[in-house]
Amino acid sequence: MQTMNGTLVIEAGHTERQYWRDLWRFRELFYLLAWRDFLIRYKQTAVGIAWALIRPLLMVVAVTLVGKAGNFSTGGMPPALFYFCGLLPWQFFSTAMSESGNSLINNSNLISKTYFPRLVVPASSVIVSFTDFLVAAAFLIPLMFFYRVTPPPQIIFLPLVVLLNFALATGAGFWIAALTVKYRDFRFVVPFIVQFGIFVSGIYPITNHAHETVRLICSMNPTVGIIDAFRWCVLGSSAPVQPSELWLSSSVTVVVLLSGLRYFRKTERTFADII
Amino acid sequence: MPQSDTVIAVKNLSKCYSIGHLRTANGNKICHPPGLRHAIDHALRHPIAWWKDRKVQQEHFWALSGASFEVKAGEVMAVIGRNGAGKSTLLKILSRISEPTKGRIEITGRVASLLEVGTGFHQELTGRENIFLNGAILGMTRAEIRKKFDAIVAFSEVENFLDTPVKRYSSGMYVRLAFAVAAHLEPEILIVDEVLAVGDSAFQKKCLGKMQEVSRNHGRTVLFVSHNMSAVLQLTTRAVVLDKGRVIFNGPTEKAVEEYADALGKDSTVFFPVEDTPRKYPGSGVARFLSFRFDRSMPIFSPDEDFQFIARVRANETLPRIRFSMTVFTPEGIPIGTCFGTEQPGMRRGEEREFEISLPRPRLAHGRYCCGVSAGKGDHRVGMVDFDTVLDTLAFEVRREEGDGGTLAEWPRGWGSVILPDLKCRPAALASASETFTNNVEMLPA
Repeated sequence: MQTMNGTLVIEAGHTERQYWRDLWRFRELFYLLAWRDFLIRYKQTAVGIAWALIRPLLMVVAVTLVGKAGNFSTGGMPPALFYFCGLLPWQFFSTAMSESGNSLINNSNLISKTYFPRLVVPASSVIVSFTDFLVAAAFLIPLMFFYRVTPPPQIIFLPLVVLLNFALATGAGFWIAALTVKYRDFRFVVPFIVQFGIFVSGIYPITNHAHETVRLICSMNPTVGIIDAFRWCVLGSSAPVQPSELWLSSSVTVVVLLSGLRYFRKTERTFADII
Repeated sequence: MPQSDTVIAVKNLSKCYSIGHLRTANGNKICHPPGLRHAIDHALRHPIAWWKDRKVQQEHFWALSGASFEVKAGEVMAVIGRNGAGKSTLLKILSRISEPTKGRIEITGRVASLLEVGTGFHQELTGRENIFLNGAILGMTRAEIRKKFDAIVAFSEVENFLDTPVKRYSSGMYVRLAFAVAAHLEPEILIVDEVLAVGDSAFQKKCLGKMQEVSRNHGRTVLFVSHNMSAVLQLTTRAVVLDKGRVIFNGPTEKAVEEYADALGKDSTVFFPVEDTPRKYPGSGVARFLSFRFDRSMPIFSPDEDFQFIARVRANETLPRIRFSMTVFTPEGIPIGTCFGTEQPGMRRGEEREFEISLPRPRLAHGRYCCGVSAGKGDHRVGMVDFDTVLDTLAFEVRREEGDGGTLAEWPRGWGSVILPDLKCRPAALASASETFTNNVEMLPA
């Protein structure tokens, strides 16, 4: 579509050009679908939005107890705070991945009956997970007060880390969403990844004293670098992050995002036919 | 070279779906892999076959083959055809929901598609919230929706219920609200797919009226798909008839409707497999019609015969009883009459059974008809639940035999489709009042 009144040409294999314009035209859908998901989540619940806070808190309690049992060193930081900082970005990533993964299937009636750039659907799921993240992150402030921990100067980098996390969540979301439409098995694969991933993502500092190459290999898991960086920004030098690991995680994140986008766009044209 | 006022130009459009089973190059049949597990499983089990047959041939179903037509600005055009002719596929491609396999479409102007009433409505949200959601999904910006909010609410007549969740609405309110949002879109081209089939007659009149207004007063182009021939005749000036994915007619609506009725009857089939055909009114699904058939070689009945067919039903749940009902339609989609059967003994879950269904001497005038059949429980007196409904099936013809005399010899269309029972007449018994009448009559000139 060159202009509103220009001629739109629909031809097999040539629908790329108007896609990005359409994304802009439908920009409000990002917000609206996220708003809808948010609303329906908490309608008819008693506790309402407080669930966004209760869930991570309960997870922190569980993780802290396991951590204490495992006797991991938290670098002098109070364990609850240490684990909370690790859990926050992880929760964002894992909920974004599972919600986007199912988002296309759950909105199958929309996809088979109306036109809009399908990218909006998993992206809006990531936005909903992001609001959950913000609500839980707000709890960091009273927690740090309570433990009398002052934020270090590198906290100004926190938005960058969050942005990186967002990019990873979005990229993983695109991949899983597109794959789930074609192979419904992924609905079962994702919860498994989420449960297993807690142990290999650096929330538990099991590799603190491991050899450098082992640590480097572990940081090919992009969440490792992000979680370490998040903790370093909030808690300071007691939770140091290795620059090489951060670089590796970031590059993997970028690869996941771009490849996810590409795969999604490639398979998008068949969504309405196979969903 | 399309003329300057052509807004939609469809050129040689084809759409192919790959269906069901795959057939590999050397003829082996493997199941369509719905899951990664099956794909991996197949690769591991038959590695040589998998390697050799990587370019597997899939069975193709051409929903559209080489369809071409043009729509001019401001025209209201209908697309008609039997079930399975490719109408919905055509609309999906025009709405950019599906991609074409071959061919090309050129569209000038903003397109809005109404393929379903209430797309995107969520049951838990209120009417107000759903207006915004549905409007955004259909392509309106929030500012636009806010501007037209009052008009939408007025059209839908649900002012008092705007803040209750939509799941509490009656189906009529739901449909009115959904159509109200869609009716206030302002596209240059509007594509509508059978949305008029839902709702009561007052609602249908309102929708038709709005669509007429949209085309006459605002000069918008409307592409309209329907099975309701009277609506098509009322609303449109030109029509395209699709049959098995091809355009078989493109011209004035009256002729198109005749072509469509002909196409309906051309297939003189006595067997109607309906297990996989899509249902317009799904019903609860606890039972499903698998097929219908006539126990004869041609679907032709004489006017004095009983109308009989055999329905094959599968029960998806255990049913204590089942009751059939049927509506007979003219080819234009006008219902002639409905009848209910007596309750039949129940079926176990998973059981398939055939039922002989017979309408004694319906006395239909000669012509073509089709039926809608429903299985369920209850009736119009006590309330109904439908298990499964199949429309636009059991196409048959009533033909009078050669040498049939009497009233049946010439039955004009204006007399309707049903030959009602013969009138019983007799002279009324004489009484004093009528004597006077008789006397007066005698005085009239002979």
